[in-house]
Amino acid sequence: MKFKLKIWHQKNAKAKGRFETFDIDNISSDTSFLEMLDILNNKLICDGKEPIAFDHDCREGICGMCSLYINGRAHGPDDEITTCQLHMRKFKDGDTIVIEPWRSAAFPVIKDLVVNRHAFDQILQAGGFVSVNTGGVPDGNAIPIAKSDADESMDASACIGCGACVATCKNGSAMLFVAARVSALAKLPQGKVEAAKRAKAMIAKMDELGFGSCTNTQACQAECPKGISIAHIARLNREFLCAKLKD
Amino acid sequence: MSNNKLQSNIPEGVLSEKWTRHKAAIKIVSPANKRKLEVIVIGTGLGGASSAASLGELGYNVKVFCIADSPRRAHSIAAQGGINAAKNYQNDNDSVYRLFYDTIKGGDYRSREANVYRLAEVSPLIIDQCVAQGVPFAREYGGLLANRSFGGAQVSRTFYARGQTGQQLLLGAYAALNRQIAHGNVKSYNRREMLDLVMIDGKAKGIIVRNLETGEIERYGAHAVVIASGGYSNVFFLSTNAMNSNGSAIIQCYRRGAFFANPCFAQIHPTCIPVHGEQQSKLTLMSESLRNDGRIWVPKKLEDVEKLRKKQLKPSQIPETDRDYYLERRYPAFGNLVPRDVASRAAKERCDSGFGVNETGLAVFLDFSGAIGIHGRDTIAERYGNLFQMYEKITDTNPYNEPMQIYPAIHYTMGGIWVDYNLMTTIPGLYAIGEANFSDHGGNRLGASALMQGLADGYFVLPYTIGDYLSKEIQTPKTDINHEAFNETENQVKEKINKVLNIKGKQPVDAIHKKLGRIMWEYVGMARNENGLKKAIELIEEVRKEFWADVLVTGENAEFNQELEKALRLECFLDVGKLMAIDALNRKESCGGHLREEMQTEDGETKRDDENYMHVAAWEYKGENETPVLHKEPLVYETVKVSTRNYKD
Repeated sequence: MKFKLKIWHQKNAKAKGRFETFDIDNISSDTSFLEMLDILNNKLICDGKEPIAFDHDCREGICGMCSLYINGRAHGPDDEITTCQLHMRKFKDGDTIVIEPWRSAAFPVIKDLVVNRHAFDQILQAGGFVSVNTGGVPDGNAIPIAKSDADESMDASACIGCGACVATCKNGSAMLFVAARVSALAKLPQGKVEAAKRAKAMIAKMDELGFGSCTNTQACQAECPKGISIAHIARLNREFLCAKLKD
Repeated sequence: MSNNKLQSNIPEGVLSEKWTRHKAAIKIVSPANKRKLEVIVIGTGLGGASSAASLGELGYNVKVFCIADSPRRAHSIAAQGGINAAKNYQNDNDSVYRLFYDTIKGGDYRSREANVYRLAEVSPLIIDQCVAQGVPFAREYGGLLANRSFGGAQVSRTFYARGQTGQQLLLGAYAALNRQIAHGNVKSYNRREMLDLVMIDGKAKGIIVRNLETGEIERYGAHAVVIASGGYSNVFFLSTNAMNSNGSAIIQCYRRGAFFANPCFAQIHPTCIPVHGEQQSKLTLMSESLRNDGRIWVPKKLEDVEKLRKKQLKPSQIPETDRDYYLERRYPAFGNLVPRDVASRAAKERCDSGFGVNETGLAVFLDFSGAIGIHGRDTIAERYGNLFQMYEKITDTNPYNEPMQIYPAIHYTMGGIWVDYNLMTTIPGLYAIGEANFSDHGGNRLGASALMQGLADGYFVLPYTIGDYLSKEIQTPKTDINHEAFNETENQVKEKINKVLNIKGKQPVDAIHKKLGRIMWEYVGMARNENGLKKAIELIEEVRKEFWADVLVTGENAEFNQELEKALRLECFLDVGKLMAIDALNRKESCGGHLREEMQTEDGETKRDDENYMHVAAWEYKGENETPVLHKEPLVYETVKVSTRNYKD
C-alpha cells in the first residue's frame, strides 16, 4: 500500500509548527500505524533528515502513551482502540493521512506529535486516591462488594489516561478522565469515604489547570479507546453536588 | 569459588521464622531521623511506585524517576492475567508453603529458599493492601474475591481484574504515590532517564540523569538508591516488553561494581501472537490465563498442516480425532497449565517437527471452542473479552470463531542485579527490586508471580530492610551534588553522548538493534548450545564495532531526541547480550528457561546438573574489554527436597 502523509512538525514548545508532507510506499496492510511511522522515520534518518517525534511505549493499547490525532479523530479511524492498535488495513491504498498531536491548551506540544500531559498527574494528585498507608488494612474479603459494583468500578478504572477525551472535546474538557477516576473509587466501599471531597478537589484542580467545561457533547465517550461511558460523568456530578451541598 | 562480597545475609533459623526473626533483628530509623534521609527510586512500575509511596509514607524524602511522561505508563501496566497470593480463599488446600514450594519448583531449584518463602509469606498482605486502595478485583456474586489458576499450580490462587490486572495494581500503587507527591514526601521526575550511578567512598550516593524533554544533564544525590527499572528482554529487539523498557540502569550499576546474577535466565512466554513480518516492532502477549480455558493443539497429520498453510482448510474443520493436544498428551497432570518454559519448548518441538500451523511454520493453536461450548460465549467474553478484542485488532481474526495462533516470545528476565536477603546489591546503599533483581524466580518464573514480587518488594520488604542500612546513615549529611564524584561521572556521561552523536554513520539505531536481536534469538533464545553461544559472543562483538563505527543518531543532545535515547540504551544492551551469552555458555546444564541442547533427557526435558550448577552465577565487571569474573553463591536447600521437576503425574 502507499500513502501520502501530512504530519505536524514543530521543533519545540516555543516554535511555530506546520504540516509537512511525505510519501510512503510498500506498506503491508498488516503493518500497524506506528510501525508505518517507524518505517518512515528510518527512511528519513537514512536520508539524513530528522525523524518525526511521537510518543509510544507498550504498543498493545494499555500504557496510554500513544496520542495521535489521525484524519480528525483521536486514535484514528476505528472504535475503541489506541493509535498503536490501529493497522493500515483500516485505510485505502493511496489515502492521504493527516497526523496531528493532541490539541489542547492543557497539553502543550513538546515536539512534533509529542505533548505534555502532566496536568493529568496533577489532577490525580489532588485526590484520585484512597487515603490509606501501606499495612494495617483489613483482610481482602472482610468487606463483600457486590459483583455489579466491582464490575462498574472496573469499567471506569479501565481508563488509560491517554487524553483522547480532552483532545476530542471542543471545549478541551477533562470531565471523562476525572469522572472515570471518581466513579471507579466511589463505586467501592473503600473509596466511598472520601468520595465527595475527592470529586470537589479533582474538579477544582481541573479548572485551575485550564481544561474547559463539559457541555455534554458526548464526543469523549465516542473516542475513548476503552469505551468509558459518560454515565460516569453523571456520577461525578452527583458526588460534586453532594459535596457542594455539604459546604 | 565463593566471594566475601556475596554475603546473602540469609537469617538463621527455621525457614518459616526467618523473616519474622530478621525483622526483629534489623535496625529501624526514628521518624525524626527519617526526615533527614533521602532515597532515590529509579522506575515507577509496581516495584518502584509501591516502594516510593511506602517510603514516603514512612517519612523519608523520596525522589522517583521515570522515563515516560507519567509514572502510570511503566510496563507493569501491561501485565494481564493476575497476581498470586496464598490466601486459600478457595479452600483448595493452598498455603504459604505450597506457594513457596510451587515457586521453588517452577524455578527449577535455582532460587533462594529464604527469599521465596518470604515472598509467599507476604503475598496475602498484598491483596489486602490493593483492596484497601480500591483495586477492583474480580468478585463472585456473593461479593467475595474470585480466583483463577495459572501455570505450574494445581490450586486457584490467582487474583485478577479482567485481563488488566497489572494496570489495576499499578493504578493502585500510582495512586498511593500520587498521594505522597501531594503530601510533598515524594518528588516525581518524569521524562528523566538515569545514565549513571554516582559512587562516593564505595557507596551509592546519587545518579546522573538526562532530562528527556530538554536534553539537560542533571544530578541528584541521596543516602540510598533503589533500582526498580524492570528487566532486559528488549535486548532481543522483538519482545513482549514495551518499546522503551531497557536494561540500562542494570548495566550502569554493573559497570560501577554491582554483580549481575544469572543473566542467561530469560523467560520465553508460550502464548504470544506470532511474528508477521520484517517490519514488526514488538510482540504482543496473550495472557497465560487463557490457558485456563483454551486448549493448545496442532494437527496430527502433516497433510492437514499443508492445507492450513494454503488456507484450504479452517482449523475448526479438523475433527477432534485428528488434533494433537500435545500438552495434555505429554503432561497429563498439569495439561495446558504446565509452566511457561515447558509449554514454550513443547510448541517449538511441534513446530520444528513440521506441525506449525501458519505460513511461517511458527505457530500453534490456542482453541476456545470447547470452553465456549461448556460455559457459553458470554462467560468467556467476561473472562477474556479485552484479550480477544486485542487479538482481533492485531490479526483481523475473531478468536470466538477460529482458534488463536500463538508462538513463544521473550517476555521476562529472571536474571538481574545480585541482591542479598535485604535486597541490597554488592554496592552499599544500592538496592534492586522487582524484575531488576535476580532473587525470586530461579530459572523460570511462574505466571502471576511478577506482580506479586514487584509489590512484595515495594510494599513489604524494602521499606523494612532499607531502614537497617539507613539507620547507619543518620549522621551523614545530605549528599553534596557538587562533590568531585558527581563532576567526574557527569563528564563521562557527556563524553559518551558526544561520542555517540558524532559517529554520524549510515545505520539507524533500530537497524543495529535488530541485528543484535536476531543473534540473541538465534543463539541465546529457546535452545542454546556451546558452538552457537561462542558464535553469538563473536557476532555481538562485531555488532558492537558496527555500532561505534556506523550508527547514525540524528539531532543533538539539547533537545527532545528519541534516537539518542535509543542509541544510549542499545549501547547498554550490547553488554547485556554478551553477558547473557557468556553466562549461558558457562552454565553447562539445562534448567528452567535455559535449555542447553547438550543437556536434555530422551524426551526433551531439561536435565539439571545439581552437583556443579546449584549456584547463583554472579558476574563482576572488570572493564570495557575485559572478561567479567564469575562469583558463585551456592544455593542451599534446607527445607525442600531437590528433585527433578515433574508435571506429568
